[in-house]
Amino acid sequence: MDTDLARTWVQAIAAAVDQHKDHLTQLDSAIGDADHGTNMHRGFSAAVTALADYEPDTVGAVLVKTGTTLISTVGGASGPLYGGAFRAIGKALDTPTADTQQVAAALAAGLASIQKLGAAAPGDKTMIDAYAPALTAFQQQADAGADLAAATVAAADAAEEGMRATTPMQARKGRASYLGARSIGHQDPGATSTALVFRALAETLGAR
Amino acid sequence: MKKFVNAPEAVLAEALSGIAAAHPELKVDAENKVISRTAGTKPGKVTLVSGGGSGHEPLHGGFVGPGMLDAACPGEVFTSPVPGQMLAAAQAVDGGAGVLFIVKNYTGDVLNFQMAAELATEEGITVETVLVDDDVAVQDSTWTAGRRGTGATVFVEKIAGALAEQGADLAAVAEMAKRVNAASRSFAVALTACTTPAAGKPGFDLPEDEMEVGVGIHGEPGRRREKLRPARDIVATALDAILADQPLTAGDETIVMVNGLGGTPLIELYVVFHEVAAALADKGVVVARSLVGNYVTSLDMAGVSLTVCKADADMLSLWDAPVNTPALRWGI
Repeated sequence: MDTDLARTWVQAIAAAVDQHKDHLTQLDSAIGDADHGTNMHRGFSAAVTALADYEPDTVGAVLVKTGTTLISTVGGASGPLYGGAFRAIGKALDTPTADTQQVAAALAAGLASIQKLGAAAPGDKTMIDAYAPALTAFQQQADAGADLAAATVAAADAAEEGMRATTPMQARKGRASYLGARSIGHQDPGATSTALVFRALAETLGAR
Repeated sequence: MKKFVNAPEAVLAEALSGIAAAHPELKVDAENKVISRTAGTKPGKVTLVSGGGSGHEPLHGGFVGPGMLDAACPGEVFTSPVPGQMLAAAQAVDGGAGVLFIVKNYTGDVLNFQMAAELATEEGITVETVLVDDDVAVQDSTWTAGRRGTGATVFVEKIAGALAEQGADLAAVAEMAKRVNAASRSFAVALTACTTPAAGKPGFDLPEDEMEVGVGIHGEPGRRREKLRPARDIVATALDAILADQPLTAGDETIVMVNGLGGTPLIELYVVFHEVAAALADKGVVVARSLVGNYVTSLDMAGVSLTVCKADADMLSLWDAPVNTPALRWGI
């Protein structure tokens, strides 16, 4: 991974969020407060703008700037959670290029940031239910010697599987938790946007 | 969707501009989205900053003024403000005596205010935070993010604000805010869902003869759906939930708020208050002070929330202290 790839990834996330904005908001209407699509769109659009004239020295600088922008524009829980994750991933990639193992370690730092802030665990019906399996799949590929493209495809597939698995869960964190058992039967919006983030990385690499 | 808007994405900025135009005693920082007092802070006074998603007006901007908040930071509709806003608010009002962040207990608000507190501390501002979590419709358990902050926010902001105005230090103001929160319980029922300008349609569908019981203030569905019943029965449900969590005995003094969620006429709120007053009188509980109106709304939701605070003499005296804000004004 290099700085150009990191920037293209963020642009691809922004495009994906733009395309799925209404879907994310619709999922959030069912069990939350109907703002997830709008908020993510505002944040990633701002991140693309912030990166436009930015000339980073390291992969991490791109992602730290993305995270900082998300924190200052998204609001809600998603702002600190996604912003903190991107900052953590960025801080772990303090080099002009990064190999698959470095990216795996950085993604792990991102998950740790989300868990520390959100205090959620797998099974709570949150973005972690997409992120944790994606990281596991990525790490397995990296350990098996796969290249970055193959590892990210595996991660994106696992994230989407994790996202779908949130439907039967009862929420234990976030606004959906207020619904109690009525949160069952709805796919989690945060897990859905997390799957978009991983798919965007896989597609960015696939297009190279 | 039928709303008085020009464009959904412009609602917050235009409403802030309207607040500035309507209330010269309030200063609106359009860039940072901070509402503060035009007159500024008296040196040495502890300052109170609150904030949260928009759509709950008059909360919080309508409570900025002498005797209550020093500043409010409104986020987008139903979206917590961002740390930079809260930091700007703290920097704008801090008079050296410290800042109390009054935070409703929602994951987003808690995380953003937490980050803001860290930033403010780095800037040399002393910050204390009080969480408001009064909604008994949510069980505080491992299955939830904890109780929501709703109606008690008005009580906390009024009473802690009065204490700060009297010159108390930050620790005392924070302690009083926590006492008020601990003494308050709320429960809400909705007859319709609300429509955010961005979503353009109601958050949920509710048949003509049904109600959502145990709703929050963000258009999310409640704990359960029931057939609509007379106001007397609805009040009994709400009051039972509140009293089950905080029992009151004959002679206890209370501050009671019957709050409209945005789409319920005042006459219905008074019908509800009539039932609340009768039910409490039956138990010998004294309604020492009351508030009936739209104070913590949920856009255009038809619904009502009931908040009961078991008040001590200090709280009642601070409640009576002068307040001069767009939404609460007495004793001046």
